[in-house]
Amino acid sequence: MNKKRKSISYGKWGYLFILPFFLCFFIFSFIPLLDTIRYSFFEYYRSGIKEIGPNFIGVENYKSLLESDMLKYAGNTLILWIIGFIPQVVVALVLACWFSDLRLKIHGKQFFKVVIYLPNLIMASAFAMLFFALFSTNGPINSILESIGFIKEPIDFLGSVLGTRSLVGLMNFLMWFGNTTIMLMAAIMAISNDIFEASEIDGCNSIKRFFYIILPLIRPILAYTLITSIIGGLQMFDVPQILTNGQGNPDRTSMTLIMFLNSHLKSKNYGMAGALSVYLFIVSGILCFIVYKMTNDNDPDGSKRAAKKKAKAEKRKG
Amino acid sequence: MKKQVVAMVLTVVTATGLLAGCGNSASPNSDTDGAGEGKVINIYSWNDEFRTRVEAIYPEVEKTSTDGTVTTLKDGTEIHWIINPNQDGVYQQKLDEALLKQADAAPDDKVDIFLSETDYVYKYSDADAGVAMPLEELGIDPSKDLTDQYEFTKTTASDQNGVQRGSTWQCCPGLLVYRRDIAKDVFGTDDPEVIGEKVKDWDTLKGTAEELKAKGYYTFSSYADTFRLYGNSIEQPWVTTGESVVKVDQKIMDWINDSKEWLDAGYFDKTVKGQWNDDWNKAMSSSSKVFAFLLPAWGIDFTLNPNWDGEDGAWAVTNPPQEYNWGGSYIHAATGTDNPEHVKDIILALTANKDNLLKISKEYSDFTNTQSGMQEAATDDANFASDFLGGQNAYKYFAPVAENIKIAPLSAYDQGCVELIQNSFGDYLQDKIDFDKAKSNFETAIKERYPDITEVQWAE
Repeated sequence: MNKKRKSISYGKWGYLFILPFFLCFFIFSFIPLLDTIRYSFFEYYRSGIKEIGPNFIGVENYKSLLESDMLKYAGNTLILWIIGFIPQVVVALVLACWFSDLRLKIHGKQFFKVVIYLPNLIMASAFAMLFFALFSTNGPINSILESIGFIKEPIDFLGSVLGTRSLVGLMNFLMWFGNTTIMLMAAIMAISNDIFEASEIDGCNSIKRFFYIILPLIRPILAYTLITSIIGGLQMFDVPQILTNGQGNPDRTSMTLIMFLNSHLKSKNYGMAGALSVYLFIVSGILCFIVYKMTNDNDPDGSKRAAKKKAKAEKRKG
Repeated sequence: MKKQVVAMVLTVVTATGLLAGCGNSASPNSDTDGAGEGKVINIYSWNDEFRTRVEAIYPEVEKTSTDGTVTTLKDGTEIHWIINPNQDGVYQQKLDEALLKQADAAPDDKVDIFLSETDYVYKYSDADAGVAMPLEELGIDPSKDLTDQYEFTKTTASDQNGVQRGSTWQCCPGLLVYRRDIAKDVFGTDDPEVIGEKVKDWDTLKGTAEELKAKGYYTFSSYADTFRLYGNSIEQPWVTTGESVVKVDQKIMDWINDSKEWLDAGYFDKTVKGQWNDDWNKAMSSSSKVFAFLLPAWGIDFTLNPNWDGEDGAWAVTNPPQEYNWGGSYIHAATGTDNPEHVKDIILALTANKDNLLKISKEYSDFTNTQSGMQEAATDDANFASDFLGGQNAYKYFAPVAENIKIAPLSAYDQGCVELIQNSFGDYLQDKIDFDKAKSNFETAIKERYPDITEVQWAE
């Protein structure tokens, strides 16, 4: 046996070590995933304590979902996500630039990093409960505004579409901007100082530096943030669920897709919920693909494409 | 190398086998003990209310473990308390899972007793579901053993054929609880008899509400407060057995119309939206302008009392504008129980023994399910007067309400219907959407909750 061994390969150890993950993934994620897809073609739910189905009904679930308000909830989810994401990325970029700018010499950087990250440590549901209490009609925010004479009548924050949506956006922003800041900071600090120095000597001001050096160089991380945020946004439910008691008030305008899914799961409607999950799966798949294509552009300045074109042209000539 | 991989795989398989063994390690011979009774009684509930009652009055109780999960009886049988919170339907989910597995479970893992609330009692007492045993099969004859119970509690726990499948120790007639200081300010007196006359029916109450409004007070905190009174008096069930149509009763439409009228007239506090929220709790404090609440006995103890920040004796009770019932926990014997004797014994001790029930009333201020006992309590001011109500004996008002309650016909869909109709029309009452939009929102929501519902029929 020893004679047969020609080279020592450590590769198999690598496979062995990642095997537990794949086993777990296969058992706990992949099989349920296939099951979800299978059940989406069945009528399968519980009425009271009686189980109905599973009866095969083809694409009925998919059809009735399209006829329902699913697209409206998708719109709600998108709006809620954008309201939270835009300020999150803007603030995170600004903070990351400030914190990583060596010349600014900000004191207590570590302290601020911890503080901006803190909201993320609170559970989303606890955070939502807190906001629910703070912004209730007779809550502290209203009393403060009233006592400084800003308003005369209490504002019904959670009773209005704008109020509820902005609160959800605000919470998502507060919870995630710290996380994004730290990630972007890591990206900016990975940029070599030589580049910054060189640009300074060439007379580049800080705005130009931001747009022409930092932004292009941190694009992969920025894209990663975008992907994770989109996926997180699609799955958003905890904050609006708690804030609106699972009903998406007022008038179902803050009902997200996952809250819609949850209300199907109240009756254990695996068929309908499965179909909705498949839709979500397809949408997130497409989104991921687009972002992946956008960022894995290995030809940022177009030189490769130009070279190819040239080669082609030369071939034709020759 | 291959050997190592094989060994690894074998190890994993063995370990998995061991772990799997943990799941159903209950020995098959555990039900051969004694007179065929199992050693473990599993009780499903959503809080420790039932446990405290059992500990207080069930004579067989020896001791309860400090964490409250196991109670040992004198004959060595253990009661295992499986507590899951009611919030978000967690309790029902866990209970449903357990009941669906009931047939295959090892004897000591079977559910023996479970509790349900009035809002969803029918889901479990339904004859087609068959998860709750008829009391007669246990050896309890409702027409003999439970004659002292209030009739409506027996109706509530019965299936569509009139077979009683559950029994309760508490009975939850509701009253009108009002602030004495506001009553004095507006009407010049806080005498429950006089106030009772002013709130005796909806028409009279409307006049009274106008008087309260003139002095800057709200009659009730929100439209959700009055819902039970209307919802209790519907004439047909939300869903008739065997149909897939939700029928919204005329009484519910009345609630919507009256609530709109009252809210626009300023008889409710506009800033309070529904119940069980911060604003509602604040409406019970001394700084609030709300005159009265509609609450049963437990509501006064567990909701009003903790939220009241003033002196004791500031509140008083009187008759409500309409008799109603709010809440109530029903004890059911689970089909397939391996401890039928114990279960029967517990149900009888807790729901059919007048002395035990009076003891619960004294210790926990429950309005208990004994007609003769409650009539005694109504006249026994020495034992049943409440400090919180300024020395008033609330049983005097509870007892006649309990006798006159006619429980609305139940269906397995009640909980969702009640919850969703209030929610959908909450938006309408607050002028966020129009009436038709609220209707269609309710239709969407109810079909989401109950996939087998195909249609909603509206009265009017």
